[in-house]
Amino acid sequence: MDFAQLALYFYGTVLVASAVAVVTLRNPVRSALFLILAFFSAACVWITLEAEFLAIVLVLVYVGAVMVLFLFIVMMLDINLDRLREGFTRYLPIGFLVALVMVVEMILVFSTDEFSVEQFPRPDPHLSDYSNVRELGSLLYTTYVLPFELAALILLVAIIAAISLTHRRRSGTLHQNPADQVKVKSSDRLRVVKMAASPQVEQTEITHEEER
Amino acid sequence: MIPLTHYLILGAILFAIGIVGIFLNRKNVVILLMSIELMLLSVNINFLAFSHYLGDPGGQVFVFFILTVAAAEAAIGLAILIALFRNRRTINVDDLDILKG
Repeated sequence: MDFAQLALYFYGTVLVASAVAVVTLRNPVRSALFLILAFFSAACVWITLEAEFLAIVLVLVYVGAVMVLFLFIVMMLDINLDRLREGFTRYLPIGFLVALVMVVEMILVFSTDEFSVEQFPRPDPHLSDYSNVRELGSLLYTTYVLPFELAALILLVAIIAAISLTHRRRSGTLHQNPADQVKVKSSDRLRVVKMAASPQVEQTEITHEEER
Repeated sequence: MIPLTHYLILGAILFAIGIVGIFLNRKNVVILLMSIELMLLSVNINFLAFSHYLGDPGGQVFVFFILTVAAAEAAIGLAILIALFRNRRTINVDDLDILKG
């Protein structure tokens, strides 16, 4: 057993343990923190697969952005935890059973000769002048350029959707409406009242009416 | 030498944990979203393992796209969560039955 194998088993164990903690812990904040650990260990596993760029992207984008967003949301919401835990022990046996059957089935499939070491020998490590970023970039900008642009579009749609979903127009706040300001006429704002030029008239009335 | 099977089994175990998370925490939308993230992570591990063992970097491009879509999904999911909490003061799935179907 060489060092790479030991490293994989270590990272895999941490990954599985933190994933179990994510789904079983009571406090969502702790779940989010363990999910960060899971993503970090997954990045380490990806490095053993020589996918360095994606491992760094996973740490930067997921740990740095998505999980921080999760933590913000979880801490912002005032959740009643007791009600959310209803049915946890009730569904524990059936959930465990389904997961166990799935894993056993997958292991049965993977232990056939189709996936053996003879069929899939581990490739030799890349030379020191190999650049994972260069290889991925040359693929992204040639063969997969259209999906790449579509991915950018998906991110734009996500931005617009997230903002429009959470944006709230409050009632009672003052704000300008430029269209109304442009099309206003002088007669809407100023009313000239005819009045006699004698001192008996008590009330003069010149209303300068602001637009609402 | 690490066989491909070990990576695939790791992915399978992670996927199963994601499924268990959906079973156990079916009331809490936040943990549901986290379970979906775990399942997407296991899919990515499978993609990268096959990409490495077959010598085809196309698998890494797919992981790139999956990461993009998963980030967008998480952002929109959390935005919906915020909108729900603002209107109903709860994120319990059982209380979110305004759309009678």
